[in-house]
Amino acid sequence: MSVVDSETLPIASEPDMVTVRRRVREAAARTGLSLVDQTKLVTAASELARNTLIYGGGGTMQLEMLNGPRLGVRLIFVDQGPGIPNIDLALRDGFTTGAGLGLGLSGSKRLVNEFEIDSKVGQGTRVAVTRWK
Amino acid sequence: MEKIPILRMGEFLLVTIQVDMHDRLAMTLQEDLTTRISETAARGVLIDISSLEIVDSFIGRMLGNIAAMSRVLDAQTVVVGMQPAVAITLVELGMSLPGVRTALNVDAGMELLKLSLNGHRANGHKASRHVSRR
Repeated sequence: MSVVDSETLPIASEPDMVTVRRRVREAAARTGLSLVDQTKLVTAASELARNTLIYGGGGTMQLEMLNGPRLGVRLIFVDQGPGIPNIDLALRDGFTTGAGLGLGLSGSKRLVNEFEIDSKVGQGTRVAVTRWK
Repeated sequence: MEKIPILRMGEFLLVTIQVDMHDRLAMTLQEDLTTRISETAARGVLIDISSLEIVDSFIGRMLGNIAAMSRVLDAQTVVVGMQPAVAITLVELGMSLPGVRTALNVDAGMELLKLSLNGHRANGHKASRHVSRR
């Protein structure tokens, strides 16, 4: 799998989330994803960026355009927050430790083709998602 | 501070969301709308989201909250103009917006509001509302 283009965006404030959504939309459109797939990826990015900001205390999103064997977009969200003690529980619909609906992780997993999550308590969380053309 | 304008048209309030909202702006809209419903004794709220390119769980929750709060204040809410890609994504995300009435466009949404208002009046709802306000 080769990465054609990569950039890292900060997620430190709510306006950053707006920028993240816009950049993901542009990358998805340039990769040639259908409108529905673009919308799914941008929505997943919005959920994951919010998690990074609220639960991770801020972090970054790395945006990668993939080329070969297939075209796609990969997003990697990284924070140095408190981490997730029980990932299985966190991936369940409706589970939340905050004030939200508990759809952020579980919902965004349904909106992408590949979903990976690594988290260490006290060290942080990394979520990587890919949507293929 | 950045705000989303709320227009009054007779007994209804109209909101057209034309910007990519960050979360605080969505919260502000929710508070502004409830205040305006109460100030103007509006009977209906129409929210046009045709310009929105995504509705994530936060915006979805805000729409549900507005519908619930307006119901408590004796007003109906209709959300109109959702793009098909947004609808597909929202349902896959796990939100089907329970309790939120929707219509395809502004015209259909206004019809729905007028119909439900007339229905209320036919049931003597307005009379009881009048008495309680005196």
